[in-house]
Amino acid sequence: MIVRLEPRGAVAGWVSAAMTVAALIVAFVIGGLVLAFVGGDPVRVYLHIVNAAFGNIGVISDTLVKATPLILTGLACALAFRMRLWNIGAEGQFLLGAWGASAVVLAPVLPVGTPAIVVIPVMMLAGAMAGAAWGLIPGLLRARLGVNEIITTLMLNYIALAWLQFWVFGPWSEGGFQQSVTFPRTAWLPRLTDFAASVPALGGLTTHLGLVFALVATAIMWVVVSRTRFGYEMRLIGDNPTAARYAGVDIARYVIVVFAVSGALAGLAGMSEVSGVVHRLQDRISPGYGFTAIIIAYLARLGPWRVVLASILFGALILAGREIQPSGVPAMIQGIILFCLIGSDVLVRYRVRVARRGAVGAT
Amino acid sequence: MTGSMDHPTPTMPLAIEARGIVKSFPGVLANDQVDFDLRVGEVHALLGENGAGKSTLMNVLAGLYQPEAGELLVDGAAVRFRSPRDAIAAGIGMVHQHFTLVPSQTVTENVLLGLPLPRFRLDLRRAEASVAEMAEGVGMRVDPRARVWQLSVGEQQRVEILKMLYRGARILIMDEPTAVLAPQEAEELFATLRTMTGTGRSVVFISHKLGEVLAVADRITVMRAGRVTAAAISPVGSTPADLARLMVGRPVLETLERADAAPGRVVLSAADVHASNDRGIESLRGVSLQVRAGEIVGIAAVAGNGQSELAEALTGLRRCTGRIVVDGVDIGGQAAGAALRAGVGHVPEDRARVGSAPNLSIVDNLVMKRFRRPPLARGPFLDDGAARALATDLKARYSISAPSIDSPVRILSGGNLQRLILAREIEAAPAVLIAVQPTRGLDVGAIEVVHRLLLELRTKGTAILLISEELDELRTLADRLLVMFEGRISAEMPAGGADLHEIGMHMTGGAGVEALAGMAAAVASAPGAPPP
Repeated sequence: MIVRLEPRGAVAGWVSAAMTVAALIVAFVIGGLVLAFVGGDPVRVYLHIVNAAFGNIGVISDTLVKATPLILTGLACALAFRMRLWNIGAEGQFLLGAWGASAVVLAPVLPVGTPAIVVIPVMMLAGAMAGAAWGLIPGLLRARLGVNEIITTLMLNYIALAWLQFWVFGPWSEGGFQQSVTFPRTAWLPRLTDFAASVPALGGLTTHLGLVFALVATAIMWVVVSRTRFGYEMRLIGDNPTAARYAGVDIARYVIVVFAVSGALAGLAGMSEVSGVVHRLQDRISPGYGFTAIIIAYLARLGPWRVVLASILFGALILAGREIQPSGVPAMIQGIILFCLIGSDVLVRYRVRVARRGAVGAT
Repeated sequence: MTGSMDHPTPTMPLAIEARGIVKSFPGVLANDQVDFDLRVGEVHALLGENGAGKSTLMNVLAGLYQPEAGELLVDGAAVRFRSPRDAIAAGIGMVHQHFTLVPSQTVTENVLLGLPLPRFRLDLRRAEASVAEMAEGVGMRVDPRARVWQLSVGEQQRVEILKMLYRGARILIMDEPTAVLAPQEAEELFATLRTMTGTGRSVVFISHKLGEVLAVADRITVMRAGRVTAAAISPVGSTPADLARLMVGRPVLETLERADAAPGRVVLSAADVHASNDRGIESLRGVSLQVRAGEIVGIAAVAGNGQSELAEALTGLRRCTGRIVVDGVDIGGQAAGAALRAGVGHVPEDRARVGSAPNLSIVDNLVMKRFRRPPLARGPFLDDGAARALATDLKARYSISAPSIDSPVRILSGGNLQRLILAREIEAAPAVLIAVQPTRGLDVGAIEVVHRLLLELRTKGTAILLISEELDELRTLADRLLVMFEGRISAEMPAGGADLHEIGMHMTGGAGVEALAGMAAAVASAPGAPPP
C-alpha cells in the first residue's frame, strides 16, 4: 500500500474549515492519549475542563475575561500575517501597551481626581500608541531597510519585558515589591459586577469593558479586510508583492501602517488587562498572551470572527487547565493543537491518495 | 520481452506504447482514452493548444501522474510507474519547461545532484570528463565547469538534457522546449535532437508552434480537449493550416484585418533613459523613443539586450534616469503608481509572477488596476457587486475559461491567464500599452486572439509598444520597428517589408551576419517547409 499526496485545485471554503475542526479533534485525542499515558483519565479531565470553563455563568464570565486579551492580540497577529508579516512581537507590544496605559495613572499624566470618563479614553489611547510605537520599530526597519521582522519582533519582546521590569522594580515600585500601587477606581474599566447594585444577577462577574473593545475591533477588522480597498491591497501584497507593486501599491507604506495597527491592537490588549483585570502594573502581567495569539491566528485561519471563537477556546483552556495543573496540561494541549493545525495545512493543499501496489487501475 | 502486439506494421520497434490512457482532475477530463506510441529513433511531436492534455499525457509517461485507466508499455513490456524515479529507471526522462537547476553550482555538479553514486568521495575531474564526453556525443556545446547562473537559457536547457542522459534516459520528453529559446538556440536544439535520434534515442517533442513541429518531427500527433484528433500523421504533405485546424477545431484565420496606420499625436516619449539590470550592470544606455496614438511600435532584440528593462523602466517597475513623458506628464524615475495614473497599461513578460496574484480570485485579479476609481471604489470601500459584475462581463467577453469568477487564477492555463491580463489592461482604456512577449507560450488560437485585440486597440487610438522576440509577430503587427542591441536602439525602420537579414544584423550589432543569415532563412521558410 502506498500513500501519495496530490495537489488539490481550488480549495472550497468548507474543506479548510473541516480540516481545522478535524485538527482540533485529533489534537484532543492525542492530548487524551498523553493524559492516559501519565495515568490520568482523559474523559474526566476534558469534562472537568468543559465544566470549569463553561459550567455556569460565573466561569463563562471568567473564560471571557481570559479570552479578551487573546482576541485583541490574536487580531494583531492575524492582521500582520495576512500580509505575510510575521509579527511574533505581540507579547512585547502587549507589555508596552500595559506600560503606556499605566503611565497615565502612575507618572501621572493626568492629575489625581480626573474622572473616569477622561482617564479611560486617555489610557486606551496611551496603550494603543505605546503598542503602535513598539510595532513601528520592526515595521520601519522592514519597510526601509529590509530587516527580517521575525528577528526584530522576537527580540523586542525581551526588551519590552526588561523595560517593564525597570519601571515596576524601580520608579513605580510599591514599597520595593515588583508591582505598582493599585490604580484609583477612576482608572478601572467597568465590570459587570460593578452594576450588581441595580442588577443583582451580575454580582461577581468580572467580565469588563475590554471585551467590548475586542468585539468592536473584530467587527472593524472584518469590514476593513473584506470590504475596503485597504483590505484588497493587503490581500494583493500578501499573495504576490511583485504583482502588488505592478498594480501600483506602495508596499512600504502598507508594511508600516499594518505593523503600527497590529502593535496598537496588542497595546490595547495590554491596556485592557491592566485597567480591566489587574488594576496595577506588574512584571508578570502576561502569561504569554502574545505568543498564544500566534496559535490563535493560525487556528482562525486569519479570519477576524474566527479569532474570537479560537480565543474563547484558548481562554477556556488557560482557565480550566490551571485547575488541573498549573502549567503542564494546558501548555501541552496548546502545543499539540498548533502541531495538528500545521499538519492539517498539508491536507488542505493536498489530497491523500491511498493505492494498493499493483492495483492503481480503475478508480 | 514481447514485441508490440497489435500495432499495424511498425517500421521500427516501439519505444513507448500507451493505450487508452484516462486521467482526470476535478472538473476536467484531461486525457480521455488517449493512445500514443513512440518509435525508437524518431522525433514524435505532440501538438495541441494549452489545456489540450499534452502535458498530462507526458506526465503520465514520466511517472508524475498515475492514470485512472489504460496501459503503458516500454519496449513492449507493461510497466506501471509510481514516481519519476521508476520512469527514469525504465529509460524515460522528461525536461520540463521550468528548469530545476542550482544556480550556484557547476554544470557537472547539477548533473550529479540526486544520484546515489558516488556515495562519498566525489571525483569531479572524472565526472567532468564524462559529462563533457556525453555532451559531445550528442553535439552539444557545454562547459562542464561553468556555473549555472552564468549560462544562457539555451545552455541551461542543455544541462537539463544532460541530466537525463546521464541517468540513462533513452527516451526524452521535451515539454515546450522552444518557448524560452531565441531562434538560433532553437536551431541548435533541433540539431541536438537529430543527433540523439541518430544514436537510437527517441524524443517526444511537445509544442504548439506549427513551423518548428513540421521542421523537426518524424511524426505528429495532435490533441484537442483531452482527445487525439490526428494520430501519428506524417509531416510530409501537412501544412500549418491543416495542423492549426486539427488543433483548434476550426479553420484559423491567418490574415489579420489591419487598417492603415493613422498615427496621431505623440503619446509616449522617452528621452535618454538609463537603467541597470538586477545584477547592477547598466543595461539601458540612453534609449530615446516616441510612440504615437494609433500606432504599434515594435522592438526587436535578442533576449537580454535591455528590452525587458526598458519595459520595466517605462512602467515604473525599475528605477531609471531620463525623461519619460506620457501625455505631457513626466513619470521618469517614479514608482509604478505614477505610470498607472498617467495611463500606461502593461502586459508583463512574466504573467504568473508579475501580472497576477495566483491565489486570489479572477475578480480580484481583474480589478487590480482600477479598484482605486469609481464605480469600483466607493470612498474607502470596494464595491463587491460592481467588481463581480465587471468580472462576469470580462470573463464572457474575453472567453476566459474557468469554473467561476471566484476561481483562483493559478488554475488558469497560460492562454486563459493572458486573456485575463489583456482584458484587464485593455479595458482600463490606457493611453499607451506596453506589451512584452504577449504571445509567448500561447497556442495558435490564443495567439490569434491576442493579435486581434492589439490591432483593435490600435484602431481605437492607443499607442502600443510591442516588445517581442518573434520577428514574424513584429512584422505582422507593428507599424515601425526599433531594433535594440546592448541597451541601445541600433536601428529604426518601417515594419512593412523590413528585411530579415537587415533586422538580424542590427540585432547582433552588425556582427554574426553569417549565423543570422541561417536563422533568418529558417524563419522565412518555416511555414510549410518539409522536414530535412
